[in-house]
Amino acid sequence: MEENWKRAKAVFAAMAGPPVFWLAAFFLVPLGIIWAYSFGENSSLTEIAINGTFANYVHAIQPLYLGIIVKSFWFAALTTALCLVVGFPVAIAITFAPEKTKAWLLLLIMLPFWTNLLIRTYALMAVLRTEGYINFALAFLWNSLGHLTAAFGHPLAAFTPLELLHNNFAVVFGLVYVQLPFMVLPLYAALDRLDRSLLEASLDLGAGHFTTFRRVVIPLATPGIISGIIVTLIPSVGAYLTPDLLGGPESLMIANVIERQFKTANNWPFGSALSFLLMYMTFIAIAVQAMVARNRRGAAR
Amino acid sequence: MTAKTIISFENVTKRFGKVVAVDDVSLSICEGEFFALLGPSGCGKTTLLRMLAGFETPSEGRILIDGEDVSRTPPNKRPVNMVFQSYAVFPHMSVADNVGYGLMVDGVLPAERSRRVEEALALVKLEGYGGRKPDQMSGGQRQRVALARALVKRPRVLLLDEPLSALDAKLREQMRSELSQLQEKVGVTFLFVTHDQDEALAMASRCAVMNRGLLQQVATPSDLYEFPNSRFVADFIGSVNLFEGRFEVDEADHAVVRAPELSTPVYLDHGVTGGRDATVWVALRPEKIELHKRGDGQGAPALGDAPDGHNVVPGVIRHISYLGSESVYEVELDQGRRVRTLRTNLTRRDQEDFTWDEPVWLAWHACSPAVLLS
Repeated sequence: MEENWKRAKAVFAAMAGPPVFWLAAFFLVPLGIIWAYSFGENSSLTEIAINGTFANYVHAIQPLYLGIIVKSFWFAALTTALCLVVGFPVAIAITFAPEKTKAWLLLLIMLPFWTNLLIRTYALMAVLRTEGYINFALAFLWNSLGHLTAAFGHPLAAFTPLELLHNNFAVVFGLVYVQLPFMVLPLYAALDRLDRSLLEASLDLGAGHFTTFRRVVIPLATPGIISGIIVTLIPSVGAYLTPDLLGGPESLMIANVIERQFKTANNWPFGSALSFLLMYMTFIAIAVQAMVARNRRGAAR
Repeated sequence: MTAKTIISFENVTKRFGKVVAVDDVSLSICEGEFFALLGPSGCGKTTLLRMLAGFETPSEGRILIDGEDVSRTPPNKRPVNMVFQSYAVFPHMSVADNVGYGLMVDGVLPAERSRRVEEALALVKLEGYGGRKPDQMSGGQRQRVALARALVKRPRVLLLDEPLSALDAKLREQMRSELSQLQEKVGVTFLFVTHDQDEALAMASRCAVMNRGLLQQVATPSDLYEFPNSRFVADFIGSVNLFEGRFEVDEADHAVVRAPELSTPVYLDHGVTGGRDATVWVALRPEKIELHKRGDGQGAPALGDAPDGHNVVPGVIRHISYLGSESVYEVELDQGRRVRTLRTNLTRRDQEDFTWDEPVWLAWHACSPAVLLS
């Protein structure tokens, strides 16, 4: 196979050419432009003078913005942790489901992708708002309970709807909902590759299900866990739509700030600097993770 | 047999949906046996093994280990350990950690654990390999790790699922004798599953032959070969010529079967119980048929133990396969039926004695054929 690729260089170039061009023209070049903007300043309402200033970065590391970046990472980390806790049992259930059921369950996991994120987020608002389905269900339960206690002479106070929307809870809830498939799929892929006889061997040697999970399943699913964490964490850090629609004034995330710089504030250079700061931090986080993982693997040898 | 029974299957049936994988099997295995479950793929032998290990639950019937019903006991609570077909060596653990895994989950202290791990590795001739990772070992070595990992737990019964199927031919020969020696050394009862009859005959002290979920015959290897109880067993174990026929005479000390495909009747030096008026089958192993010259008007050879005009048929050699140590001759009888016969090449010129299209006599002794009722 490898041999063939080496021989058919022209074919390889023809195949690789268009996507390389596409990525260069529509991803790398615009990214470069934004990077250049981050070292510039507004010279007029529509013109940006790129003069190599670091003022935008200095501005960006002010506590106000750093705080929002830290909060974004914190939200993303919480989202990732919740996705892992919720997603692992789901991935296990799919892995061990009968072949036919498995296809249906995977379809269910991927079903949300068929609907636009905006529509899904509005639907989530209909669920969470004070007149939403959750509060509706809770009010029904509360009133039923109220009828019961009233019969014993202790009527309950009127139901006050829970504030589930436009706060931090709603943002994390929404992020978990959006990101969950991205956690489940790599976990499922890793678990599905797992040789079942390894689990049977562990049971056969006297280990219980919990020990088997801890000593065999988790170590062997680690690559899947790591890629699940990465593909959940990174989009969550830069989430825009979810905090914009579900969040309140105090749940602003960094992507919302960046959007304001580009639109309402008309400060493209500063928005660019914030974008790149976020990117650098994400890269550093991944690099640190990779280094830790490599060291651990080295130590295990 | 006076030995103590260690495993009994009592009317065990296992269904997967509508498929009956194991059909009403009753079987007892004694302490210290090297027992083989033999059969073609899909015959239920692996399911039987997995039920004993606890990975499947019988649909009906009971499984006893040391007289205790374990049908519903989870695998981690059973006194048996298994060597998997894929070996199932944990890839993320060192060899020593693999072997020590069962002891670790049992709470054996580290000092005691490492002593027993060393012991087990020595048993399978892997001393000094404890620090290696499984991906640095060959298939044969990984199998030894799996063996050590199971034996270190001192199981009552060691289960082996197709233990030699993944090894190459030379290594397989070597592992056969090593497994036998290992079993003698540790004295643990071995129960292994195989589809390879040579493997079963070479290693097992007793075999159970299965077909389509049913137990066909349980016997020692030589009894299976020489005294099969059905056409299936006769055909599955080794090579056989089968002739359909009916009894002409059936006395206590001799019997005669008339088979339309054979020009002379088959004389047997023993009586057969049952099958007097039914169709029976005469089974003749290729190596039990003698080849004699018939060219130049040579008469039928005298057998001594069968009356004249019995157990001798004329034919013509149609095909010869020279296998080195022996040659297989396919002889066409007058009725067109082809018979396989085997001749050991005792001298270096032996294979030149008979040639293609040569007229021959086929003869067999009165004690050679087996009569099968099913």
